Amino acid sequence: MDDTKTANAPQQLSSRIYARSYAGLEIDPDRNISDDAVVLWRIIKLVFKNRIRISFAIIGIVAAACSQLMIPQFLGDAVDGALGLAGQSNVSPDIAREALYSAAIFLLGAAALRGLFTLLHSYCGESLGHLIAFDLRIAFYAKLQQLSFSFHDHVHTGELITRGMLDLEGVRSFMNTGLLRVLLLLILIGVGAYLLISTDLILGLLALSFLPFVIWKSSVSQLRLRELWWTLQEKMAVLGRIMDENLTGIRVVRAFGAESFELEKYGVGSDEAYDLAAERIKIRVASTTAMTFVYFLAMGLVLWVGGLRVIDGQMTVGTLTEFLAFMTILQLPVRQLGNVVNAFARTLTCASRIFGILDLQPVVADKPGAVGLGDGIDKIKFENVVFAYPGEGQPAVLNDISFDVSLGKTLGVVGPPGSGKSTIAHLLPRFYDVTSGRISINDIDIRDVEISALRQKVVVLAQDPFLFTSSLENNIAYGNPWASEENIYDAAKVSQLDGFIDGLPDQYETLVGERGVSLSGGQKQRVVIARTTMLQPELLILDDSTAAIDAGTEQRIRQALKMQASKSATIIISHRLGTLRHADEILFIENGQIVERGSHETLVEAGGKYAALFALQSKEGEEAVAQIGGVKE
Amino acid sequence: MTTLNRAAEDRDTTRPPRAVVGSQISIDEEIFGAAFDRKVVRRFAGFVKPYTRTMYLATAAVLVFTAAQLTIPLIISYAIDEAIVAGGGEQILMLCVIVFAAVIAVNYGANFLQDRFVGLTGERVIFDLRSAMYAHLQKVALSFMDRTEVGRMMSRLQGDVNSLQEFLEHSITVFGDLVLLIGIVVIMLTLNFELALLTLSVVPTLVLVRLMWLPRARKAFRRARETNSITNGALAEGIHSVRTVQGMHREAVNLELYGDKSRENLWAHLRSAKFAQAMVPVIDTLTGAAMAIVVVVGGTRVLDQALDVGVMVAFLFYVQRFFDPIRSLTVHYSIMQRAMASGQRIFEVLDVPLAITDKPAAINPESVEGAIEFRNVTFGYHKNQPILKEVSFKVNPGETVALVGPTGSGKTSITSLLNRFYEIWDGEILIDDVDVRDYAKVALGKHVAMVLQDPFLFTGSILENIRYRTRDATREDVEKAAKIVGAHEFISALPLGYDSELEQQGNNLSMGQRQLLSFARALVADAKVLILDEATANIDSYTERKIQTALQRLLEGRTGIVIAHRLATVRNADRIIVLQEGKIVETGTHDTLIDKNGLYAKLYALNYASFDDLPDEIINNSLTAPVRS
Ligand SMILES: Nc1ncnc2c1ncn2[C@@H]1O[C@H](COP(=O)(O)OP(=O)(O)OP(=O)(O)O)[C@@H](O)[C@H]1O
Ligand SMILES: Nc1ncnc2c1ncn2[C@@H]1O[C@H](COP(=O)(O)OP(=O)(O)OP(=O)(O)O)[C@@H](O)[C@H]1O
Ligand SMILES: [Mg+2]
Ligand SMILES: [Mg+2]
Repeated sequence: MDDTKTANAPQQLSSRIYARSYAGLEIDPDRNISDDAVVLWRIIKLVFKNRIRISFAIIGIVAAACSQLMIPQFLGDAVDGALGLAGQSNVSPDIAREALYSAAIFLLGAAALRGLFTLLHSYCGESLGHLIAFDLRIAFYAKLQQLSFSFHDHVHTGELITRGMLDLEGVRSFMNTGLLRVLLLLILIGVGAYLLISTDLILGLLALSFLPFVIWKSSVSQLRLRELWWTLQEKMAVLGRIMDENLTGIRVVRAFGAESFELEKYGVGSDEAYDLAAERIKIRVASTTAMTFVYFLAMGLVLWVGGLRVIDGQMTVGTLTEFLAFMTILQLPVRQLGNVVNAFARTLTCASRIFGILDLQPVVADKPGAVGLGDGIDKIKFENVVFAYPGEGQPAVLNDISFDVSLGKTLGVVGPPGSGKSTIAHLLPRFYDVTSGRISINDIDIRDVEISALRQKVVVLAQDPFLFTSSLENNIAYGNPWASEENIYDAAKVSQLDGFIDGLPDQYETLVGERGVSLSGGQKQRVVIARTTMLQPELLILDDSTAAIDAGTEQRIRQALKMQASKSATIIISHRLGTLRHADEILFIENGQIVERGSHETLVEAGGKYAALFALQSKEGEEAVAQIGGVKE
Repeated sequence: MTTLNRAAEDRDTTRPPRAVVGSQISIDEEIFGAAFDRKVVRRFAGFVKPYTRTMYLATAAVLVFTAAQLTIPLIISYAIDEAIVAGGGEQILMLCVIVFAAVIAVNYGANFLQDRFVGLTGERVIFDLRSAMYAHLQKVALSFMDRTEVGRMMSRLQGDVNSLQEFLEHSITVFGDLVLLIGIVVIMLTLNFELALLTLSVVPTLVLVRLMWLPRARKAFRRARETNSITNGALAEGIHSVRTVQGMHREAVNLELYGDKSRENLWAHLRSAKFAQAMVPVIDTLTGAAMAIVVVVGGTRVLDQALDVGVMVAFLFYVQRFFDPIRSLTVHYSIMQRAMASGQRIFEVLDVPLAITDKPAAINPESVEGAIEFRNVTFGYHKNQPILKEVSFKVNPGETVALVGPTGSGKTSITSLLNRFYEIWDGEILIDDVDVRDYAKVALGKHVAMVLQDPFLFTGSILENIRYRTRDATREDVEKAAKIVGAHEFISALPLGYDSELEQQGNNLSMGQRQLLSFARALVADAKVLILDEATANIDSYTERKIQTALQRLLEGRTGIVIAHRLATVRNADRIIVLQEGKIVETGTHDTLIDKNGLYAKLYALNYASFDDLPDEIINNSLTAPVRS
């Protein structure tokens, strides 16, 4: 059998996916899905963390299996008892009746015990599943929150959500449908085999003759199913991504009338996933039914050979009944074996997808012995910073950038799209680490500072911020949930939101739709400004934060922010030169390099790129352009 | 809540923390039903309908399978009675074994067909359901989508569909089991009526216990479901917002809150697990009781020679098989209940009315002139809160009109209406003198191209993104559009050029670059009407100027609506419409508006005032101070 091929397929697949998603990031691109055995071992370790429950589960299983195995014996006794009289006259009817009664009572007792122990082990099993799922869920969430931007840049949220939802569920269901059931099956077969073989060697062996086939068949389909599950889960994640994007970008889809195209895109993904799912079912059905068939064959053999022996008088009818009853007990487990195999395949897949995330380490993390930031920020310094986004073949987007800002000062940054302005902003709170060079605060390299301390003081107002589906108030107080009402009102005032909010029927309780869909562009930006000023950062970085706000409102916001400016250092990135006009220093960035620097006046005087830009935005400049030609004449 | 408390102390305030994770939209949408909801089942049946033929085959297979299953104990009992006990000898035994072999072969075939048919059809139906939901969502009104979260929708599209699937996995055999159940009862009754009745006398007890168990179990299951959906929602939010969370340093608080939610979820599940298993000992005990009855009553009869021992053996087999389906139905009750609840949530999505649909006689013209007219349009997103009030204006074909006004004045809303994202309250919106409601929606998508205020890009190559609307656009078309918006340079600088893959929402590009791509996407669409909503807000004036010069040629013969706060962007428009709080306050060219000295003049002044900080009073009442050199 070509084990290697089947075993490698998911690995190749995974490395392909990893190659795309994680290349050179937080994970070794050559990393393959861990060995099945390793994954299984990790799950088992998780299971055994909860000693009490697993012990009870095992006790329950052993006891339930034993009581179940007693049932055939009692049945056999009962049949013999009933027959005893029919056949022989030397047994008194009373004794036979008594035998019947006691068999009945034992039967009842065994069945009740079996039920109780089944309850015990099923409950323990299921709760173990939930406990494990709980641990994994928390770990998953915590890990995702920790992983750096470079990871999230490359892994689609839809994909992560699929893992958190579907894969976690796959691991959870494993305890009862997989691990414990296998145990039950093993005990049933093991103890039963012992009992049968010790009763009658040949018949016992015949009764168990279906086992080798079942074992072979299930391991073959296990391998195949494992591969299928892996591809299927990947496909489902892709489907999840398609749907997630479609719903998130619904306005674009609608605006372009692209519904049918989107449906087509989805249809392709869906069909692929269906084919895999169907394949899976076919394999499962084929193996389950074949196993059942072989099992019945064994039963036929027992009937035949056993019957012959009873006729020959080598065996009682009761013993034969016992054999057959025992085989009946195995019928359900054999039928379920297919499910168990399927569950194993599914869980190994799901678990390795979850462990795959849990094993990642954030590239940006506290160094051992990281320090706090002391009282306050005096000086922020970029020294010959070079930066390329993590990943293979990524070009340097910042080249040899050096500047500094001190407390109470403002640095302005301008430049064409893609010149690297936002990148500078992202380096300061260590969303990414510099490739070379150094960023320091109060002369301490920020890589030696505790991230939490750093991010408390350095806050970026991102260019495409996220708003939460929650009240306006909660959104404004997001970074500081303990803020007093006054603080919130003040922040709203600073960002010129107060008038708007007061005009709303629910005021601060107004629900903000997902990502702020129910707000206008400018309102969204102002909520974010309010949210950031609440934090009272010591280094505030505004990344083009007023682009969607009209000049008047912006002017008022700026005025309000100025009050706070003396207590912090500010970096303003903007395309509106008016916003930068009063900065202590302005950097003009192009292609990741500082091409001009100086105050507004010196830059205008120098007559370079900044001056040209200014000319375009100053009234005179604009009037001049209007003469030459603009949108329309 | 330790972190929360500690932090609260740090801050020394008495205010309760307002920290929350997960959506704050109330969960009244979570409607849960019984394990067997007639309506859901009926709707479900509708989805099975296309596969009626397969289902007939499956049913036939189930019947054959069940018959075979039922025959097996009969053969055994016959073998024991006739060949062994009655001393019929080896021939009869041989015969029995041969028949047995034939029956299990039939059993195998039927079992195979049954499982395969049921399994494949079930899977197909599940995929159909998901597709139907997804297709429906493509048509649902935006006003509905605004109120729903992607995460929750995804939880229906994936989580709920998945629990149907789980149900299917477990219940492939349930259908056959149910038929089997009936078959067993019938056979037992024919074998020995009295003994059968006695044996079945345990069933009422079962029913009684179940009745007591059901309502409480149902509540527990429902709770578990609810908390699941809440935790998943919080997870989705956590993933989507991760940059903000890290930037605002909320990881610890969020983890704590998420932990609370998950813990609640855990407790709910543990509770429902108790209920799910509670019926097991009951059923097992009753199985034991039924067997005991067979043994005592049947055994006595055998002793009295009133019953063949084979019949008794057959009964014992049947009793065990009889309770198997009941057991699996009970153990899987939670799965079934979950499936029903999920079915309901799925059908809820399918039942969302399509507020905006094409009229039967909707037109889809090949081309339009591009004349746009708003006539007394009144519109709002919420009842009694009009956003646009009696807005009327006209844009002639080939004309470029600018919409300006303070933030929140309704500019974006106007463009949304033109594309019929929402239904207006009053008035009319006309394109070429035809009401937009008379156009097919595809026609609007075809003739009106938009650059939205939020540039949204899809995962995929730059090329595919730019020609998103126009699948048949050639590489040259795409490059041409990219050149116009000045994106060509940076695209060709990428190692893979136009084939470079974008990450989610274009995360690996700068904001301005994303805006340029979204701009190019609208240009490639080659539509008669072009709407630019802050299309260059994140772009420097220099680049913008270059775009405008190129755009000028492109707009020739097209109708344009341009929205911008940077007034330089719009000053050369043919006409400028000034909006304030949803009303048009002024219209005219740049020069006339400046002369008019109204809101536009004020905004214009402020655009430059930013260079010399004006005192507050001037900013606030700058209407009085027209600045014009
Ligand atoms: N989907 C929505 N649901 C509810 N209210 C909305 C929705 N979209 C916009 N609004 C509200 O309607 C008003 C007008 O919004 P609109 O987006 O049209 O403003 P705008 O003129 O484009 O502003 P900006 O210049 O800031 O983009 C705002 O008060 C906003 O809060
Ligand atoms: N996450 C990322 N992964 C890879 N490349 C990136 C990523 N983010 C940005 N880039 C690239 O880095 C360069 C600089 O981007 P940055 O966002 O800093 O530009 P910017 O100056 O802020 O531009 P804009 O004015 O458009 O916002 C661009 O070429 C961009 O394509
Ligand atoms: Mg940027
Ligand atoms: Mg807008």
